[in-house]
Amino acid sequence: MSKDYKRITTPLTDEVVSSLKAGDKVLITGDIYTSRDAAHKRFISCINEGKDLPFDIKGEVIFYVGPAPAKPGYVSGSAGPTTSGRMDSLTPPLLDRGLKGMIGKGLRSQEVIESMKKNNAVYFAATGGTAALIAKSIKKMEMIAYEDLGTEAIRKMSVEEFPVTVVIDSEGNNLYAIGPAKYKI
Amino acid sequence: MREINTEEIRKTVKDLFIKINYEIGSDILVGLKQGLETEESETGRAVLEQILKNNKIAAEEQIAICQDTGLSIIFVKLGQDVHLTGGDFNEAINQGVREAYVEGYLRKSVVDDPIFERKNTKDNTPAIVHLQIVPGDKIHIEVTAKGGGSENMSAMKVLTPAQGEQGVRDFVVDTVESAGPNPCPPLIVGVGIGGTIEKCALLSKKATLRKLGEHNPDPRYSQLERDLLDEINKLGIGPGGFGGRVTAMAVNVEYFPAHIASLPVAVNICCHAARHGEAVI
Repeated sequence: MSKDYKRITTPLTDEVVSSLKAGDKVLITGDIYTSRDAAHKRFISCINEGKDLPFDIKGEVIFYVGPAPAKPGYVSGSAGPTTSGRMDSLTPPLLDRGLKGMIGKGLRSQEVIESMKKNNAVYFAATGGTAALIAKSIKKMEMIAYEDLGTEAIRKMSVEEFPVTVVIDSEGNNLYAIGPAKYKI
Repeated sequence: MREINTEEIRKTVKDLFIKINYEIGSDILVGLKQGLETEESETGRAVLEQILKNNKIAAEEQIAICQDTGLSIIFVKLGQDVHLTGGDFNEAINQGVREAYVEGYLRKSVVDDPIFERKNTKDNTPAIVHLQIVPGDKIHIEVTAKGGGSENMSAMKVLTPAQGEQGVRDFVVDTVESAGPNPCPPLIVGVGIGGTIEKCALLSKKATLRKLGEHNPDPRYSQLERDLLDEINKLGIGPGGFGGRVTAMAVNVEYFPAHIASLPVAVNICCHAARHGEAVI
């Protein structure tokens, strides 16, 4: 991989989060957790009922993904990011509980950006529709919770040099605003 | 009269869905490579290179291009001189989808009801089937696997005739601009104009299936396609939405006569992983 990439490992410390700036290309190594629409709804039910989340999210990174099934001999099926905005209304309570990073694609609400600034968190984008390529970074995958949700279940993924771009940093700078503004005619 | 066993339909549907989910069309590959030449943003070019690399891996290893292997949509043109034998026609299609998604290691992305239980049907059925009876003794089957991310950014509106061409242009460009990075640009933008709301939506879906590089045969509409593509590529969204010139690879417009009171417009956005294929039985 190119030397323009910053290399980071999970879980994320506040120092690492603060060092990442919108537009940075990053390679992530370590454990990350998959979760999307249905699992996020269950997280919020847990919080509302005063129960513990199925894993300790302090310092962790959530990858918004519902992987395709793995062919025999593969760790994971194709696994690219899904649209993050659908999780917006369910995200601030997780950031308040220590979630430090999110990997997805697409716009986030102002409410999420404010919560990221308050809690010092970072939002990464992986390239949508490059799921076969991304799956090459996944070295291990383990079912953690909500197995009944199938592709939407929570899995712990061990990734090596997962290529992402910092879209929104902990100061609220947003590549989806900065980037297109440069090219808009 | 020609007899065709529905077993052939099942097999054709199965083979098509596996193939389109593993192998992107050669026209899309050409479009992506052209994008790489015209894109001014370095980040944009890097995204296009990742997409091309991804599509190569998927085809070589026969794995899904995208984890979202889509809802299964099938357009059937059934020759009126065909007599279908064997089992139920709709069941043959659904069985083809079921086998493709289970045996092809494709993701099952269908929930049984949209509001209440939202329980996964676990085999990607039911398929969405559009049937047309045409002259002849053949069956033409065209399939597409449509991802949720781009479908969610699609929109439809019934304009007034007074809003006219400018109203259509504004609605299409606004829809793409507000979608931003969400539908995985560079896009194929399908536009339906005219008919009623259901006809218009269907036209926009069919427009996404057109081969890249082909235009509406009506010169007024092909000009509209080129103008809309230019306007969309001035938005600056770019590959992956990180900023750039190549926001869309094509804008395809299909039209149909409309009511004297109405000007319906539907915009069906398709991601760069535009997966469709066809076969004739």
